[in-house]
Amino acid sequence: MSVLKVENLNAWFGDNHVVKNISLDYKANTISAIIGPSGCGKSTFVRCLNRIHEEVPSAKVSGAVYLQGKNIYGPGVDAVTIRKNIGMVFQKPTPFPAMSVLDNVLVGLRFQGMCKKTTLMEIAEACLKKAALWDEVKDKLNQPGTSLSGGQQQRLCIARTLAVNPPVLLMDEPTSALDPISTAKIEELMDNLKNEYTVIIVTHNMQQAARIADYTSFFILGDLIEHGPSSEIFTNPKNKKTEDYVTGRFG
Amino acid sequence: MLESLPCRRMQNRQDLITLWLMRWLAAMIVLLLILLVILLCKLALPAISKFGLGFILSDTWNPITEEFGAFPFIIGTLITSFMALLMAAPLSVSVALFICEICPKQLGRLLGTFVEMIAAVPSIVFGLWGIFSLAPWVQNVVTPFLKNTLGFLPFFQGPSYGIGVLTASLILSIMITPTICTFCREVFNTIPSQTKEAALALGATRFEMIKIAILKPSYSGMIAGIVLGLGRALGETMAVAMVIGNTSRLSLSIFAPGSTMASVIANEYAEASNAIHLASLGYIALLLLAITLIINSFARFIIWKWTPKI
Repeated sequence: MSVLKVENLNAWFGDNHVVKNISLDYKANTISAIIGPSGCGKSTFVRCLNRIHEEVPSAKVSGAVYLQGKNIYGPGVDAVTIRKNIGMVFQKPTPFPAMSVLDNVLVGLRFQGMCKKTTLMEIAEACLKKAALWDEVKDKLNQPGTSLSGGQQQRLCIARTLAVNPPVLLMDEPTSALDPISTAKIEELMDNLKNEYTVIIVTHNMQQAARIADYTSFFILGDLIEHGPSSEIFTNPKNKKTEDYVTGRFG
Repeated sequence: MLESLPCRRMQNRQDLITLWLMRWLAAMIVLLLILLVILLCKLALPAISKFGLGFILSDTWNPITEEFGAFPFIIGTLITSFMALLMAAPLSVSVALFICEICPKQLGRLLGTFVEMIAAVPSIVFGLWGIFSLAPWVQNVVTPFLKNTLGFLPFFQGPSYGIGVLTASLILSIMITPTICTFCREVFNTIPSQTKEAALALGATRFEMIKIAILKPSYSGMIAGIVLGLGRALGETMAVAMVIGNTSRLSLSIFAPGSTMASVIANEYAEASNAIHLASLGYIALLLLAITLIINSFARFIIWKWTPKI
């Protein structure tokens, strides 16, 4: 079943056409990776999927993205509602400064007006467990989120995103600023997330895509070159450019 | 520290000259402040020995009987500065937020320049404008309005002549707005765009994003900006002296004329009738310096306490 369907998506920064007419289909409970050389528009592409791209001045988008059948770029659709349903984790960990670990996890729920303390605590615990962080932070929930290590901060950001419970999770190079051990932890956790969420991950690291993704898309300069099951992309690509890239002859 | 560096580095003559020059210049700053305090003390000494600390709480200011007390001026300074802050702080923070987050970049830059230009307007120009435009407006528009709405409070009773504590506070609030606003803008600009995007990506509205990603981490910075503004308000002299009315009589009403520490010094030092009068003005200057120092250290303490320790 398709959760997220992208149709003829184009994105610009000013006159710079960075995402060119891309159509893709994301099935529920899968991990899809987007790979490609730097500046190929992969970050911009995922940033269009939760309408965060339009927050940049001079950014433009055209095309349609259907979340469970509803166009998020349709008339009268509120970007704020969309973002509650499509979570995003960024390249650098972004815990909110001057907020405790607990407040960081719950901030998204507070936006939705939820304030019953017992429910909030349960959700916080559940999300921190899902993000494989509970054991490390259960004794320091009231310490500032920024006092955690980089890897912990990134898992905190994942927990924060899960708390809102979006069906789709976007990850923009979530491990590129982390050490190998933290990376392994996050990859492991993503595999578990698949049971409940649809995950789209941008990565620079082809091995990572091969390890965790069910599907992989290959982008060059804003064009989608090839999309298919990861096993095919990495072992038997149809396109010559994909082959050159995954075998390391280019990029 | 420097002495422990390898000898070889110090043999360089340029380095040596620079080092000693810098040391002397740095020492000069400290010396200047100490000298200033000493000379001020010397000037105020006759008043200090005659009135003692009772000077602070005494409310008589009578050059003829040679009795002096600083209480009305201290209160005047604190009230005008506090009222100015009350008006300027929310305004400055909102303007800074508007410039940084809401309006388009180009317009923001233009607005920012305008706000900074307010800081460049000479104090005396503000004073003249205060006398000829602001004071009549306060007398004819603001006073009747406040009397009709809040007139039951003692602070909003009594006649208004236009010039008075309220007018002085209004002028001060305009004068300190650029200070606070510019400082807040710099604080807001240090917030990485990722933090803002992270808030938006969680489904925050623009207002919620501003609350958690911008205002919350900027508390200590905003306090620092407000204190800088307070520092300016405490010491501001010319414009205040022109519109406050200059009387040493204390009144509960904000419409009544008053006096601040800075304004009384500016008004009276030239025609000080006798030595003790002049010494009393020196004493007030010393107190003003002390108040500014205390408030600044208090602010530093708050900033230090609120800065997250990592």
